[in-house]
Amino acid sequence: MLIANYGYKDGSGEYFIALDTAKCDGCGKCAEVCPASVLEVIPNDFDIDDGNIMSVQEEHRHKLKYSCAPCKKTGGDDDPPCVSACPTQAITHFLSTAKGQML
Amino acid sequence: MSKEEFWRWPEYRHTVEGIDPTKGKVISGGVDIGSVSSKTVIMVDGEVFAQSVMRTGSSSPDSAERTMNWALEDTGLTLKEVNYVVGTGYGRVNIPFAQKAITEIACHGRGANFMWGPTVRTVLDMGGQDCKAIRVDEKGKVQNFLMNDKCAAGTGRGMEVFADLLSVPIQEVGDRSLAVKEEPQSVSSTCVVFAKSEAVGLLRSGWSKDEVLAAYCQAMAHRVVDLLNRVGIEKEFVITGGIAKNIGIVKRVEKELGIQALKPDQWRGDPRFDPMLAGAAGAALFAKVLYERSQG
Repeated sequence: MLIANYGYKDGSGEYFIALDTAKCDGCGKCAEVCPASVLEVIPNDFDIDDGNIMSVQEEHRHKLKYSCAPCKKTGGDDDPPCVSACPTQAITHFLSTAKGQML
Repeated sequence: MSKEEFWRWPEYRHTVEGIDPTKGKVISGGVDIGSVSSKTVIMVDGEVFAQSVMRTGSSSPDSAERTMNWALEDTGLTLKEVNYVVGTGYGRVNIPFAQKAITEIACHGRGANFMWGPTVRTVLDMGGQDCKAIRVDEKGKVQNFLMNDKCAAGTGRGMEVFADLLSVPIQEVGDRSLAVKEEPQSVSSTCVVFAKSEAVGLLRSGWSKDEVLAAYCQAMAHRVVDLLNRVGIEKEFVITGGIAKNIGIVKRVEKELGIQALKPDQWRGDPRFDPMLAGAAGAALFAKVLYERSQG
């Protein structure tokens, strides 16, 4: 069980894509809907136990502000495609503030 | 112009004396191909037996082969006799002789647990190209980790460029940055492009090299504090990766966090605890477990 947080910062704040590997069953629905192909299903290599989980592709980890920012929530609009596609609520995309997280 | 390469940190190999690999039940290997350095740890029944650290070349498979062969040199062992190899790091999927790849996040967590013991809860991996804050449990299993998309400035590669810029050998940067009488104001950016003009300006206005180094180390330390605060710092706290060997950064991270790192100096007397090798050590420990499982 672990939560993987991939962060990026742009002019409007610092954001994180958080993936809860305990909830993720590796179905891959998030990867199918991601418009920037950021996500991929990989063998769970965070641990030596078998199974698949989704992950942020290595090549996107250093440019999330370009890959993920177009989907970030800026108000009352809908959740990003990966978040709404996930049947187990394993993905969150949030703005991180000094006081904590807000969606 | 001097041809001296101030950025060049020492590559080395080491064999631990008093271990007979022929008497061991499991010989496991961990290979960590980072963006800047390539590391191998060979373990005999879960104890460090041989290790090597060298610069990563342009090809991951070549780097992996070179660091593995160097670690095995003079040990009497060949790669065939290593029962199981786990690859980790940036180039982990490109290691031809590794049976499995495991992310460096898991390996650093496991390696930190091995090097500093089960009380470690927070691991800061300061690598050649990025920094990761990792929370682990008493078994070294990752519970939570955090990284961001910041560029390589203010990491190992940034430090190399900066050492070259000031013509100070990279191993001396930490000590020299602590030799200042008073901590100067931090440089405004860890960006090596901006740092160059800023450092040159500071030197011209009469700052000593030590003061400029102090200001740069301060900026580098400050950069990771945010990451650590977000993951939530819990004792014990350790730093892994090449930058962990820069005492000027370690001390400043400690100061900003208000928490001491656990035994940041133990590697000086014993290369088995080289924090640069935490990922490779973790990989070798996973390799041992995987081999034992495969044998039923």
